[in-house]
Amino acid sequence: MTILKTNNLSKTFGKFTALAGVNLEVEKGEVVGFIGPNGAGKSTAIRVLLGILKATEGDVSIFGMDAWNDAVEIHKRVAYVPGDVNLWPNLTGGEVIDLFVKLRGSTNQTRREELIKKFNLDPTKKCRTYSKGNRQKVALIAAFSSDADLYILDEPTSGLDPLMEIVFQECIMEVKSEGKSVLLSSHILSEVEKLCDRVSIIRQGKIIESGSLNELRHLTRTQILVKTKQPITGLHQLKGLHDIEENEQGLFFQVDTDELDNVIKFISPFGIVKFESSPPTLEELFMSHYEGIKQQIKEWEE
Amino acid sequence: MTNNLSAHTGQLSKFILRLDRIRILFWIIGVSFFTLIVPTAFIDLYGSQQERDVMAETMANPAMIAMVGPGDLANYTVGVMTAHQMLLMTAAVVGLMSILLVTRHTRADEEDGRIEMIRSLPAGRLSYLNATLLVISGTNIALALITGFGLYALGIETINLEGSLIYGATLGGTGLFFAGVTAVFAQLTETSRGTIGFSIAFLLMAYIVRGITDVSNQALSWISPLGWVSKTEAYSTNNWWAVLLMVAVSGILFILAGYLNAIRDLGSGFLPAKPGNRYASRFLQSPMGLALRLQRTGMIAWAIGMFVLGVSYGSVLGDLESFLGSNEMIEQMLKPAKGVSLTEQFIPMLMIVITLLATIPPIMAINKLYGEEKKDRIEHILGRAVSRTRLIAGYLIVSVVNAFIMISLAAIGLWSAGTATMEESLGFGTLYSGALAYYPAMLVMISIAVFLIGNLPRLTSFIWFYVFYSFIVLYLGGIFQFLDWVGKLSPFGHVPQYPIEQIEFLPLFILTIIAVILTVLGFIGYNKRDIAGK
Repeated sequence: MTILKTNNLSKTFGKFTALAGVNLEVEKGEVVGFIGPNGAGKSTAIRVLLGILKATEGDVSIFGMDAWNDAVEIHKRVAYVPGDVNLWPNLTGGEVIDLFVKLRGSTNQTRREELIKKFNLDPTKKCRTYSKGNRQKVALIAAFSSDADLYILDEPTSGLDPLMEIVFQECIMEVKSEGKSVLLSSHILSEVEKLCDRVSIIRQGKIIESGSLNELRHLTRTQILVKTKQPITGLHQLKGLHDIEENEQGLFFQVDTDELDNVIKFISPFGIVKFESSPPTLEELFMSHYEGIKQQIKEWEE
Repeated sequence: MTNNLSAHTGQLSKFILRLDRIRILFWIIGVSFFTLIVPTAFIDLYGSQQERDVMAETMANPAMIAMVGPGDLANYTVGVMTAHQMLLMTAAVVGLMSILLVTRHTRADEEDGRIEMIRSLPAGRLSYLNATLLVISGTNIALALITGFGLYALGIETINLEGSLIYGATLGGTGLFFAGVTAVFAQLTETSRGTIGFSIAFLLMAYIVRGITDVSNQALSWISPLGWVSKTEAYSTNNWWAVLLMVAVSGILFILAGYLNAIRDLGSGFLPAKPGNRYASRFLQSPMGLALRLQRTGMIAWAIGMFVLGVSYGSVLGDLESFLGSNEMIEQMLKPAKGVSLTEQFIPMLMIVITLLATIPPIMAINKLYGEEKKDRIEHILGRAVSRTRLIAGYLIVSVVNAFIMISLAAIGLWSAGTATMEESLGFGTLYSGALAYYPAMLVMISIAVFLIGNLPRLTSFIWFYVFYSFIVLYLGGIFQFLDWVGKLSPFGHVPQYPIEQIEFLPLFILTIIAVILTVLGFIGYNKRDIAGK
């Protein structure tokens, strides 16, 4: 069952195009990673999903309703954590949590206390005294102590320490196991890799890649470390080899996944002593998409 | 050991002076300017001793004494008049200056972690505090000398050198005293808001205590530091002992602040920050409750202010006839009409000032909605099950009720003090309905703000120009002799000037309709537009 679906979603501010035909989909019980560099349009897209910004073109449906017209009805079942959590300096964290939960409708008091303990937050302090991470905790506690069906989280862990990140990941796992859906925008790729079933990569207002992590890995390279009895010669003539480097441990290089077979056939006659391969990380996936940007910058400079 | 406490104090003083030079300059120029312009104006307004004696008579009632303190009314020269009417208020402003400047470099710098950086350098434990106090002392001394010699330089006969110097020294001494008070509170509280809050509360308490004792028993006024200000009796007996007392107590406060600073940990205070609420009250759990809660303190302050404004205008109503008769400028503004007393004529003018001031807090209340949007906090609300209509309606209700409370409090204050001082008391109904006649015009101003927030959010602050325009054309219109239509461009220009004119309901009805239409358009716009982020 599709929980969230955008169809050719576009948003312009004056002449500036922030989103150019974004198609995004979240199924029930699925955690979808939404990644991209700063200014790519992640937050704009999320704000359109929430009906805070009005789409210039295209439509957004959540729970089968329209994100703009039925915002209030939709929000009863949505929990949202913004990227920059700005709170009221003269309210305490506890007051803000209660306010947020109440504005959604349902209250789950035991869950609230449990999360405050888990996230190690002092709810009696004024928000003015909170660090960025603590403000984020306030928003996360408010989000997870409400019984939502869809969680929209915009870089929710950028201020949390590693311990709190683990608590956050547990929260995600928990809601996922309850069959709820999550849209997680993030920069922390290891987190996305750990949590997400599918990933959508956005760049300059367009979704440039979308799919499960397995599907996306086909587009990428495998990292190889190999040591042979005789030195390998003629490696440079092969197709699909990148970043060749040699040191006392052996020879490092990256192979395009569809060239893997040829390369291994080529090196095995040299007598393999050591062979290690590692699957591409999301990091590399991400980087390979942004090499485009680097190239562009180079072109501009020239 | 001394080095441990005071190393690099001089260098840090220069540093603080460098940071605050513009700020300090503005304060000194501002305070000196107002100090010097007033006696000059008094010479123009009250040229003869006879006119000044009339003024002295209007000052001889408890309400005025409570406000500006006692003065040498039997010998009301321009000098005495300036000291009597201006010195206390100016001293309070100088006190405020010291509070703000000292807080900036004590608790505020500490709270933001800047003092930690300074302390990690080879600077003494007390160096930063002492440097701050050194700079503020210098500022106050400069202020004392500039105002003192400046007043003397005006060359007004009764403004002699000793009186002028004591006038300046009183300002500087009060500044020093409140610098000391703030420095001590900066050690006691844990936040800069706490420091400013306690210090200003202390200033207000000193003012109120002095007001009460000045009326009941003037010897008791020695217990209030602001009481010392009147006790210096500039241009009359020139009592230097009161100035010395200020300086001596300031010195003790400086030492106390230093001692407290030396024995405490960085970042801590002696008054523990009390934990806030663990849970939100039932009241807070709606968009309107939040809007109210966020503005609570400001609204209470405005409400008290409006009441005090009403009371202070009311307290002069009794002496108005004699006072107005002697003042040509006001006579020109009022354009005397037959069949109404001067006091009654004066009331609509008071009403204009009161209602325009009372329009400020409700506009602030509605504009808060856009302020929240710019601070990225509206998305928390709209991201939950709250419709835009419910959100803006919450702010609108707060604003509309606020307007009603503000105008009512001012009218009640005006009536109660007016009745107490006038021989022939005003009917409460007359005054209150005269004030409420302005309510529809206030609603129009609020509705314009709603319209702007809904449709042209970037122009939200335009409403302030309109308020200012209304003030200029309606309050000063009499002097400048504007044409009628200039005043009619403001909604306040359509309000019947009760009690001179009869209350007509048609213009009030039309104003209300305009307010409703603009509000509806504002709501429609707000439901259609993007909510801006940063």
